[in-house]
Amino acid sequence: MRLNDAVLGVILLLFAAAVIVHAQTSFPGLPGQDYGPAFFPTVIGSGLALCGIIFVIQGVARLREVPLVRLGSWASSSRHVANLLVVLGALLFYILLSDILGFFITSTVLLTGLLVQFRNRFLPSLGMAVAATFVVHFFFYKMLLVPLPWGFLEPFAW
Amino acid sequence: MDVFITALGLVFDPYVLMVIFLSAVFGLFVGSIPGLTATMATALLVPVTFFMEPVPAIAAIGTAVAMAIFAGDIPGALLRIPGTPASAAYVDEAYTLTQKGQAERALGTSLVCAAFGGLFGIVVLTTSAPALAEFALNFSSFEYFWLACLGLTCAAVISTEAPVRGLVSLLIGLFISTIGIGIVGGYPRFTFNITELLGGVSFIPAMIGMFAVSEILRYATQTGERPVIPQQPIRNLFKGLGPILWRYKVNMVRGSVIGTGIGALPGAGADIAAWIAYAISKKSSKEPEKFGTGHVEGLVDSGSANNAGLGGAWVPAIVFGIPGDSVTAIVIGVLFMKGMNPGPTVFLYEPQLIYAVFIAFFLANIALIPLGFIAIRSARQVLRIPRRALMPLILIFCIVGAFAINNTVFGVIIMLILGVLAWIMEENHIPVAPAILGIVLGPLLEDNFLTSMIKSEGSLLGFFERPISAVLGVMTLAAWLLPLVLWLLRKRRSAGASAAP
Repeated sequence: MRLNDAVLGVILLLFAAAVIVHAQTSFPGLPGQDYGPAFFPTVIGSGLALCGIIFVIQGVARLREVPLVRLGSWASSSRHVANLLVVLGALLFYILLSDILGFFITSTVLLTGLLVQFRNRFLPSLGMAVAATFVVHFFFYKMLLVPLPWGFLEPFAW
Repeated sequence: MDVFITALGLVFDPYVLMVIFLSAVFGLFVGSIPGLTATMATALLVPVTFFMEPVPAIAAIGTAVAMAIFAGDIPGALLRIPGTPASAAYVDEAYTLTQKGQAERALGTSLVCAAFGGLFGIVVLTTSAPALAEFALNFSSFEYFWLACLGLTCAAVISTEAPVRGLVSLLIGLFISTIGIGIVGGYPRFTFNITELLGGVSFIPAMIGMFAVSEILRYATQTGERPVIPQQPIRNLFKGLGPILWRYKVNMVRGSVIGTGIGALPGAGADIAAWIAYAISKKSSKEPEKFGTGHVEGLVDSGSANNAGLGGAWVPAIVFGIPGDSVTAIVIGVLFMKGMNPGPTVFLYEPQLIYAVFIAFFLANIALIPLGFIAIRSARQVLRIPRRALMPLILIFCIVGAFAINNTVFGVIIMLILGVLAWIMEENHIPVAPAILGIVLGPLLEDNFLTSMIKSEGSLLGFFERPISAVLGVMTLAAWLLPLVLWLLRKRRSAGASAAP
């Protein structure tokens, strides 16, 4: 997704304004000192605003040649759009459900889904997902002692 | 001498040697697969090294990166796709050699030059670091502020195509570094009452997101054909190599010197070293017309340079705690998380750790020859591993890695957000590396600035009162003004050109 520099610049300006306003209005000053918690964020915000202005100037100058938003070639291919959504969905799925379903189920479902979406056949995908889940679990849970969630499988934990 | 023997003991420990060997294999594998970069190798290794002692942890990362930078040459020569950006400079040259049936020669040269350059960089690191560290012991917050500034400036302004885009990336990184309870007055900034954010944006999940998840997103949206793997057999890698290397011995040393020097510059890494070494090689060659037609001379220069750059990049990282590229930035971030403050005092209090790391790097570069040989021999099998099967596995590894640092799913959320951010940034040609340097150096920059301001009682002139501080300050300001001057010159020249038809 390629944005025209003018659009990027406006986004940067809005973000910079939010940072500066938030820092200036809600961060407390330090008694007897000029430079408090708000100083550094304000400098960063000002820098971003400056970059935003440069982007807007450059972008407007080339507005005729460069459209405001140009989607990559993937955007017109439904398979690639689905790829993107499935990757993002897989991460959200893990974030939302891993504590309930536990690592084994979440990881197996997530891997199978992704592998199938990336055009691997179903049965090999399932096999690989199960194998990879066990290997990752053994490595992180048993060897590195990372408490991966068991979810409702807690009674069967090993 | 005692220190050296203690250091040897730290490295020649079965566990450490095993870690070095495994990370070497991992680095070679990741580097050989196009689309998986050396930085990504680091990002994936970090959650594992997080659970190790400092010496094996740094040795693992250093080894994996050295291996990955070499292994990037393999798909470069065989498929004309650089395995890592550091091989991009000479990928056409190497591929032309393959087309002429000389893949063995291209890869053999790459391998030996990589090991030579790598060893050269490590020797420079080993000899220069202790002396520099002694010098750096006199540094106060003023000097550290300027060093951090200089590092960030180079990263943002000099080493990227468009300085403004590098600057945006840097500022985004610096902003991310301000989130959480600040060093100043302990006030929570930009946390919006989210408890997990009080400690700041967790560095390892952030880095996995920016370097690994973004890569998976790019793969998912990549349209285009899969490359065909050539069926050229590779048997005698080292046949006839001796005379070639002897003929270009000067190039090997020159490439290594350039590589180490550029690597040591903050912000410029192995990939830029390779481009510059290749250009200089062509310029000073007796047969520049042969460049681009499958000529090994440029390969010698740039193949040595990119591996030498790694040794160079460790110099500012180990001596000052100011990283020279994204890989060392990641290492510095990890050391901070482990409560170790990298910098010259490590040489005073724990020199055996530093020497152990140097010895481990040395070993890794020697091991590059046999292991690289095996990697080249098995390249055709490795290149056949489909990425459609690999990418999901990398994703689950990222998830578990991001989770493992604080054992909360919040790490995965950070990874997701920053992964998407990095993907959007790269789609819009905003480089990601300056952002990671910003995240690592942000707290250092702010802390040293505020400490200095308290010392000088609010006078900005304090930053120029000490001699070294003044020199560093002038260098930083020059680095800021340089792009502006260049831009004005170019404008004047183009105005002159259009005025005189």
